[in-house]
Amino acid sequence: MTDEAILVLEDGRSFLGRSLGYAGETFGEAVFNTAMTGYQEILTDPSYKGQLVTMTYPLIGNYGVTEEDEESEGPHVAGFVVREASGIDSNFRSTGSLHAYLERHRIVGISGVDSRALTRHLRTRGAMRGIISTTCLDEQLLLKKMSDVPQMTGLDLASAVTCKKPYPWTEGFVSPFAQSEEPEPGPKIKIAVIDFGIKRNILRCLVHEGFEPTVYPADTAAEEILGSDARGVFLSNGPGDPEPVTYGIETVSKLLGELPIFGICLGHQILALAFGGRVPKLKFGHRGANHPVKNLETGRVEITSQNHGFCVDAATLDDSEVEITHINLNDDTVEGLRHKQLPAFSVQYHPESSPGPQDSRYLFKKFREQIEN
Amino acid sequence: MPKRTDLEKILIIGSGPIVIGQSCEFDYSGTQACKSLRQEGYEVVLVNSNPATIMTDPEMAPRTYIEPVTPEAVAKVIAAERPDALLPTLGGQTGLNTAVALAQSGVLDTYGVEMIGATLSVIQKAEARDQFKTAMGNIGLNVPASGVAHDLNEAHKVLEKVGLPCVIRPSFTLGGAGGGIAYNVDEFDAIVSHGISLSMTTEVLVEASVLGWKEYELEVMRDRADNVVIICSIENLDPMGVHTGDSITVAPAQTLSDKEYQVMRNAAIAVIREIGVETGGSNIQFAINPRNGEMIVIEMNPRVSRSSALASKATGFPIAKIAAKLAVGMTLDEIDNDITRETPACFEPAIDYCVVKTPRFAFEKFPGTDTTLMTQMKSVGETMSIGRTFKEALQKSIRSLEVGRFGLGYDGKDLWRSGAMPATDEIRKRLITPGAERLYYLRYAMLAGMDLDEIHDLTRIDKWFLHNIREIVRFESDLAGHNTLAALPTKTLLEAKRMGFSDRQIATALSCDEEAVRNRRKAEGVVPTYKLVDTCAAEFEAYTPYYYSTYETEDEARVSDRKKIMILGGGPNRIGQGIEFDYCCVHAAMALRELGYETIMVNSNPETVSTDYDTSDLLFFEPLTLEDVLAICDRMQPAGVIVQFGGQTPLNLAKGLRDAGVKIIGTSVDSIDRAEDRKKFKTLLNKLGLVQPDNDTATTVEQAIQIADQIGYPVVVRPSYVLGGRAMEIVSDQTSLERYMKVAVDVSPEHPILIDKFLEDAIEIDVDAVSDGNTVVVGGIMEHIEEAGIHSGDSCCVMPGYTISDALVRRIRECTHALAIELNVEGLMNIQFAIRNDVIYVLEVNPRASRTVPFVSKAIGVPLAKVAAKVMAGLSLEDIGLTEEVEMRQYAVKVPVFPFSKLPGSDIILGPEMKSTGEVMGIDNNFGLAFAKAQLAARQKIPTCGTVFISVRDMDKREIIFIAKSLQNLGFTIIATHGTAKVLERNGVIVETVRKIHEGRPSVSDLMRNGSISLIINTPSGREAREDEKKIRSLSVSLDIPCLTTLSAASAFVTAVEALGRSGYSVKALQDYHPEPVLKPKKTEATAGQ
Repeated sequence: MTDEAILVLEDGRSFLGRSLGYAGETFGEAVFNTAMTGYQEILTDPSYKGQLVTMTYPLIGNYGVTEEDEESEGPHVAGFVVREASGIDSNFRSTGSLHAYLERHRIVGISGVDSRALTRHLRTRGAMRGIISTTCLDEQLLLKKMSDVPQMTGLDLASAVTCKKPYPWTEGFVSPFAQSEEPEPGPKIKIAVIDFGIKRNILRCLVHEGFEPTVYPADTAAEEILGSDARGVFLSNGPGDPEPVTYGIETVSKLLGELPIFGICLGHQILALAFGGRVPKLKFGHRGANHPVKNLETGRVEITSQNHGFCVDAATLDDSEVEITHINLNDDTVEGLRHKQLPAFSVQYHPESSPGPQDSRYLFKKFREQIEN
Repeated sequence: MPKRTDLEKILIIGSGPIVIGQSCEFDYSGTQACKSLRQEGYEVVLVNSNPATIMTDPEMAPRTYIEPVTPEAVAKVIAAERPDALLPTLGGQTGLNTAVALAQSGVLDTYGVEMIGATLSVIQKAEARDQFKTAMGNIGLNVPASGVAHDLNEAHKVLEKVGLPCVIRPSFTLGGAGGGIAYNVDEFDAIVSHGISLSMTTEVLVEASVLGWKEYELEVMRDRADNVVIICSIENLDPMGVHTGDSITVAPAQTLSDKEYQVMRNAAIAVIREIGVETGGSNIQFAINPRNGEMIVIEMNPRVSRSSALASKATGFPIAKIAAKLAVGMTLDEIDNDITRETPACFEPAIDYCVVKTPRFAFEKFPGTDTTLMTQMKSVGETMSIGRTFKEALQKSIRSLEVGRFGLGYDGKDLWRSGAMPATDEIRKRLITPGAERLYYLRYAMLAGMDLDEIHDLTRIDKWFLHNIREIVRFESDLAGHNTLAALPTKTLLEAKRMGFSDRQIATALSCDEEAVRNRRKAEGVVPTYKLVDTCAAEFEAYTPYYYSTYETEDEARVSDRKKIMILGGGPNRIGQGIEFDYCCVHAAMALRELGYETIMVNSNPETVSTDYDTSDLLFFEPLTLEDVLAICDRMQPAGVIVQFGGQTPLNLAKGLRDAGVKIIGTSVDSIDRAEDRKKFKTLLNKLGLVQPDNDTATTVEQAIQIADQIGYPVVVRPSYVLGGRAMEIVSDQTSLERYMKVAVDVSPEHPILIDKFLEDAIEIDVDAVSDGNTVVVGGIMEHIEEAGIHSGDSCCVMPGYTISDALVRRIRECTHALAIELNVEGLMNIQFAIRNDVIYVLEVNPRASRTVPFVSKAIGVPLAKVAAKVMAGLSLEDIGLTEEVEMRQYAVKVPVFPFSKLPGSDIILGPEMKSTGEVMGIDNNFGLAFAKAQLAARQKIPTCGTVFISVRDMDKREIIFIAKSLQNLGFTIIATHGTAKVLERNGVIVETVRKIHEGRPSVSDLMRNGSISLIINTPSGREAREDEKKIRSLSVSLDIPCLTTLSAASAFVTAVEALGRSGYSVKALQDYHPEPVLKPKKTEATAGQ
């Protein structure tokens, strides 16, 4: 791990550090996440597809990695940036070190970076493209390559992370640390889950709440779902810009009013697009585990886990049809929507957490109630 | 929900004196609460007996009572003020217990006072052990197997269930007082009995031990709308078994995965809801079994705590301030986050650095006490440091401690490769038994070749911490491998700094001096960068300028064009240096801000008001070492630095700073040196025609004997250049002198010892004065109640003097003027005088803020530290409006508070070495009542009837007669030991003789244990106090029987008993003692150097 590495951003700012994980070169959109725990969940969240994720908490890797904490079949980040990667993994659940994990999964990372300076840069200039390299430390050369790095806006990344064919999901919480409450005892409810890059914990939460999910690829036609015995549709999280996911928007538009719908994150944005709204890019996004969201129906504040670079523009929604149910208290952005006439609601943040607080698990129950009523 | 409008007046109870387990963090929280409630338009009434607090400044609340924090006194305040509500959660355990007592006795109901923040039932549910256990069961959380006991029988029944070793925790006590770990039945019986006697409810919890489990704390806040947020997680480096106040702690938690952390977070939220803390902050402690993650709840504090102060400083989130607003009904989403301004306080801080808190101990002052760390807190202070890595923060924390260490090793105090290098057995022992030095032994163990598994087995410290410490240790040998500074590559130098190595360590490793390292660094641009503590990991713009140093690529310090003055704080609290100096620093910041300067505060103590982010314009949370302070000076370029307010810590830096070209404002470094250097001081006194006790300096044992003979016994002996009276003794003959030289100090030409004539039976006087170089104004002349020979910090004193003549007072004033002018003092000055046979001796002159400045300031109604700071900025005393000494119309008494009950085994006898941790003030128009109030505030019982046990040394036998007679007249029964009884009987006192302990039984100790003695007067018969006396005194501590060890204290005590018996006491607000502002300023702008 003593080999040098460099991170170069498209505006020419660069950071020197050491190679972490796989040696090589990688590119993507540089973003930061302020969660202090949960790096493995972040690495394996498909929503980070195409991104160079910077952890603002400087000490990463302390408790190692374990298969239990995987949010998908492996890491999806394009690259990983930390201040200090722990030389030891100290936790009874750990099965290996972060470094070895990244190496095994061919994830190029960089440690020793002044990640606070990088975060401030991204905060003021906005998320931007970057390259991490351990093979070439020449900034100018790397900057020249930058034009080959695709822009996040307009890119359909969901198609890259969705499943290839439908499959049933039956597993609830396997880890005793995941949930303290007992699973919902009522009858099982069959639902269709459209996978735009789903996190396993959403599926576990759904199972825990008494659902029997079948996961469908992102480009599944509405007719296929309507032809199944699903009593509801769940729209999953996923990476990047929702607008290029035209097939998803089309499917959701057709399902709207036919079956109860619940969407999270990208699923929420796709629902908003189906409602006729717009979803522009945020300057640097929301990524972390401490965002206060106010539930406008109850007045209560939930501390939430977030990960999104795009956000629904409230002004583009027709308020005779759509109601804003949740807002972010930090910047007043839209965090939750509900259709006033049809059974469809969604949240921008992550009630399944993993990582992050579990204040908002009630939403899964709400979905169940919506279907049962 | 908006704030409540049905409340107007709110009473806040402070925590009283600084004691182990309850330090200045409650001044920090109380001060924040006062500010915060006033901001919302409420009228605050404040009660606190500790004059050295910012919260008792008359500007902080419209009604300030410096009165005992006891149910009785607070009831009087309630009767006088008729507050609508009482906020009990900001004054520590003392404030909480007082509130509980007031609620239980019906006082709150009688006067219609509502408890806000936490109600009586909530407090009981959280604090009463069995109720807490049931509550945890209700929400499915585990607590250690345990049972409550009220006597030994009950305790043994519980023991059968939990087994040994087990933990004993008394209910409703502070800092784990009276608790402990029992490994065998004898220990068990002893701890249980002691614990029951200390508990307010005579109740202890006997609990299965989870020694070696990982320990965590979460700081939780909840509002009236049931929004709950976690402010900070803290992980203890020392596992379960060491009190969290004595543990090295780290924020945030380091070794929990998100899954485990969320389980703990959910549990914390469930706990605060179940206990029912409606609004405010709580602290919840957890233990985790490192083998399988099993979690148990250890305890909960339904109030702000030491940990919440730490969490506030660690995250930038002002817990107490927000708690106060929540208590009046506001909700978290209605309150702005001061730091980011745009985002609300309803969130969970994200931090992007590592925080390490390290406790500071003072065992060297209490020989005989058990230094093992366990469930009863023993540390007297703490430091906090911030770094981008644990390694950096840990090393910064060590050098913040003011124990002469500059890092983990290679710092000049390192035992490795020295003559005192510990052997492997010794290392093992020190790893198994936690003590103040265990951290250093972890390093020795690694150097001795022990692997992490072995060290972990011995200590149960998580391997993540051990691994990081090993990285420091490994790097240190790489560093030393370069042999010379010139051979050290810049890259390695930078790496060393990034790991927190101080210049001193690098210099030691490479055998060069610190300055050479500094010069090399600066030449190559290896300098610290300053980063912001912003609650949000840079996600939002932050406005509060709260900085820490680290070696990174980007510096965020915002340097304005304004003229800056830097104030150096006092570092960790310890005996001899506590809250008084922080008070002075805070005042300096306030005064200089008033004058329009930009103020920069540098300090490392998280408990303080000075490290609140809005006390000064810029806050640097940094170690107070030359390296760290110079680096800030380089970056910020202050026009001046104030070193005379933070006690000895910044004063020690004065010369180095000046030599490096930093401008020290106020009294010059040379003047300080003239007062401190014995030779120069002697010349100075001669020049002014003042006298001091005969003295000389010895460099050999023979010389010392010769000097002592010449001066005449008794003499005061001490090593040169020590602080707080460390290793200072009064010896009365050659044998004692020889013993002292053999046991206490090594005398040599490099380490001379100072020998002074001891003035027996002299009256000691403390003077605080302020001078601008032309005008000198005496702030206060304090007469010590105990005679000379007892450290001024440990003696009771009264102001104005109560036995000295006007002529002497005049003469003292003249001496003070002469000394201030001669030393060209600009700012504060403290002088200690002794008077014997009408001769005034000058014992000591300190041209700096003293421990008594806050006491004097409150007694006369003039903020002396503020005045002094303005003088240092160039204003004259005339400009400020203070040219005359303030005449006092009331008596103010200062009484020290000691930690003996927390450090069992140490002798309570007072001497030249300071032992008190804090002090209280009593103020009244009548001396006896002022003294009585101060005693009550110090939690000293004042019996008004009962039996007094008297045993005095021969030389006191004449004087005791009068005291005994007075006590008899007051209705006390007198018992005495044989010798004393004889004298008393002969003089017409009715007295019963009682056996000394060694004379057989029943002895005085039996009477004490049976509760038939309510007061003890016992003067010590010499340095080698007889075992008997020591036993009586330590028994009096554990049985909480007032024990007076000097006749002067005894006679003052009698006056107090008399006064109390006559009329009782009443309470009066500080604002009523000083209805008019004393200062009448002419100028409010700075003139110096503008």
